[in-house]
This record gives sequence, C-alpha cells and structure tokens, in this order.
Amino acid sequence: MNRPMIEIRGLRKSFGTHEVLRNINFTVDPSGVVALIGPSGSGKSTLLRCINLLVRPDDGAIRVGDAQFTFDHAARPPKARALAAFRARTGMVFQNFNLFGHMSVLENVMEAPIQVRKLPKGAARDLAMTQLAKVGLADRADQMPQTLSGGQKQRVAIARALAMEPEVMLFDEATSALDPELVGEVLATMRALAQAGMTMVIVTHEIAFAREVADRVVFMRDGVVVEDGPARQVIDNPTQEATRSFLSHFHASPA
Amino acid sequence: MYEWDFSVLWTYRWLFLDGIIMTVSLTVAVVLGGLAVGLITAMGMLSGSRILKAVALSFIELFRCTPILVQLIWCYYALPILTGIELSPIAASIIALSCYGGSFYSEIIRGGIVSIETGQREAGLALGMTPTLAMRRIVLPQALRRMVPALMNQSILQFKNTSLVSVLAVPDLVYQGQIAAHDSFRPLETYTAVAVAYLVILLPVTLFVRHRDARFGGAR
Repeated sequence: MNRPMIEIRGLRKSFGTHEVLRNINFTVDPSGVVALIGPSGSGKSTLLRCINLLVRPDDGAIRVGDAQFTFDHAARPPKARALAAFRARTGMVFQNFNLFGHMSVLENVMEAPIQVRKLPKGAARDLAMTQLAKVGLADRADQMPQTLSGGQKQRVAIARALAMEPEVMLFDEATSALDPELVGEVLATMRALAQAGMTMVIVTHEIAFAREVADRVVFMRDGVVVEDGPARQVIDNPTQEATRSFLSHFHASPA
Repeated sequence: MYEWDFSVLWTYRWLFLDGIIMTVSLTVAVVLGGLAVGLITAMGMLSGSRILKAVALSFIELFRCTPILVQLIWCYYALPILTGIELSPIAASIIALSCYGGSFYSEIIRGGIVSIETGQREAGLALGMTPTLAMRRIVLPQALRRMVPALMNQSILQFKNTSLVSVLAVPDLVYQGQIAAHDSFRPLETYTAVAVAYLVILLPVTLFVRHRDARFGGAR
C-alpha cells in the first residue's frame, strides 16, 4: 500500500459555537480522485479549504505530500510564510473562478510562477502557454478575463493552478456557477487531469460525474463522514440511509 | 461706485508666481503624504490585530473630528514642545495637512480594498502567495482603480486646504495675496485674482475627473 498523498487526522473546526467539522479522518492515495458530496452545510467545502489551510482547523493534523501541519486550538497559529509555502503545493479551483480582473489570461497564469516560484519571465510565459494549451485556451492568452465565457474562465483558473505544478488539485464546486451548456467543457478538463494521474479532491453536485471520474466518494452530513467507499458502490448501493436519501434527490443515471 | 482696477496687480506678478509655486508644491507634498498616512492607517484598520486597529481608528478620528485650522496651529506651536523638535512653518503645515487628508484617504482606501471580493485574496493565497504579496499584487491594484475618483476628490480638497497655511506665515498664494493687498490698497482686486488663480489651476483637474468618471462609470 502506497503512503497516502493526503492524510487528515482528527480534524475539527468550529465557526463560533457551530461545529462544522467533527473529528474528520480522511486519506487520498497518490493519483487518487475523491469526490466529496453531501447537502449544503455538511462541511464538505470547509474540509476542502482545510486541506490547503485557507480555513485554519482548530484541531487535527493535515499532511499533503511531505508537508505536515498539526493544529491544536491552544497553540500559536503558524506563520504566514509557512502557510504560503504549504499552499503552493496544492492547486485550488473556486466556484466563482476568481480570475485576477486586472490581468490578461496569460498574466493570470504567469503571476504565481513569477511571484511565488520566482521563475524568470520567459520560463513562466512558456509554462503558462503550455498550461493554457492543455485546457485549450492558448489562443485566448492576450484577452482579459471579462471577455471570456464562464467555462473558459474556469479552464483558465485550472491552468493557473496547474502552473504551480501542484501535487494535489482541489475543486470547490467548480461547475456550480456555470450555465448548464458550459459544464461539459470544464468536466472534460477535469477528467483529462484525473486520467493524467493528478491527485484530486472534488467537492461537487455532479453525481454522475463523481460516479464516472472519482475512484472514491465520500458522503458528508452535519460535519461528519457518513459513508466513504468506491464511487460506484457509494452512489449505486449506498449502505447508509442518509446517503440514500441525499442521492434520491439526484436521478443519477450511469454516465 | 467702486472702480475696479486690476492693472496694479501686474506689479506683483512675481509675488503671485512664487505663491502659486508654493501652493502647488505644498499640494504635491500633502497629497503624497496624505496617501502614505491613509494607506498605513487603512492597513491598520484592516489588520487582524486589535491593537493596530484601535491605534489606526484613534488616529483617524482624532484628525477627522478636529478642524484643520486648529491642527495647523497645534502642529506648529504645541508639537515642537511635546517632541523637542523645532518645526519650520512649512514642515508643520505638511505634517498637519498630511494627517488631516490621510484620515479621509484612509476610509477611501479601506473601502476600496473591502470592495474587492475576498475571492481575489483567496485565489492569491491558494496559489502560495503570502497575505502581503496577495495584497500588493492582486487586491491593491484593483482597489486603486476603483478608488481613483474618490481619491481625486480628496486631493482637490487637499489643494484648497493648503490656503490655510498662511496663518503660519507660509508664503503660499493666499499669503502673497495678503502682502499684495496691504501694499497696493487694492484688496478686492487682489483676492479676486487669488480666487481666479485657484479656479484656473483646479478647473482642468476637475474636468478631467468628470470626463474620466463619464468614461469609466458605466464599465465598473
């Protein structure tokens, strides 16, 4: 058995008095693709944001690759620089794209390689063009993000994250803000990424996509993992009543 | 009926020119100084630290809620006694006007930064930027664009507020006007000319701001 790429132990997080994550334990194998599903407010987005520490856990341990952070609500919070170095190893794609509005498509993708990885401009440009070509948008490099469709924006966001050459990619409802006809192009990009062996954690409402692309599905409700297993098994034959009831809202047909 | 005679003012043209140069230089200094003070206090207001926030808030309210004329006089007479550092009238003027303007710039800058959605900051952080780098490269450039009209308005006020430094005998346009008025016994003509000089300098700036607003207003 390989050492997992992502390992989470005893994770807890509260916002005020509301406990959003209650003792989460969770691993993802190298090149594994895990879909996190569950009703809104179940904590799945918070869990995803804990993996790159955009949300700082109260307690628990998080390891991505060789980098580990242990949290204890009494301990001092880690330094900004250490957090930044940790986040540089994971890529994240957001529901609302969050492309930098004052930069062209190419500059969006080049920015972090230059500023964070300290690549020379020429190398960063080549890297950015390669990533843009991978998501099929090399011809849009000089456009401003505002001129793109939602699906194109999200593909640029994926290219931007990939330009950091992350060990892990996190997707936070990457298709939820898209018009239905634009969902397919983003899912296709994600599927290609999974097939290329990227370790991925995907928060999604696209149950059919989760069933097809993920090798594991984790169902969460009220801050706990209710069911965790092979994708087809969890979606086609859930063992928990809560999972069954949630999935009955989606008429998940085999993709 | 009073007989207007502007021709006497020609004698004082170099005096007026000196005054205009002083007023414009002072404006440049207190706009830059005010922006620096505003940026620092805005960062204080936005910081996670309660102490920094309290210090910034106290500073802003102190200068927002006292008259600039009082601040000018206070900086010239009281500040040197408190600090033991002798201040020239010009230095005292720049300090007072920078702090006064800065307290207003601060709110503009803070509002502009807050208006850039948190998603932009998060996207920067997720790419491995430190909060400082994300602020400098991602949030501030976009916030500044949004702030330009309000910052321009405040800078116009800074320009006009420099007229108060004559109370400290700083030889700005108003002060030189006073000299000319006493010397020529023509105060009506002199102060009319001073007012026109302010108008002539400012009008192109305000028209530019208006033009820019009209062009970019819809696109934002």
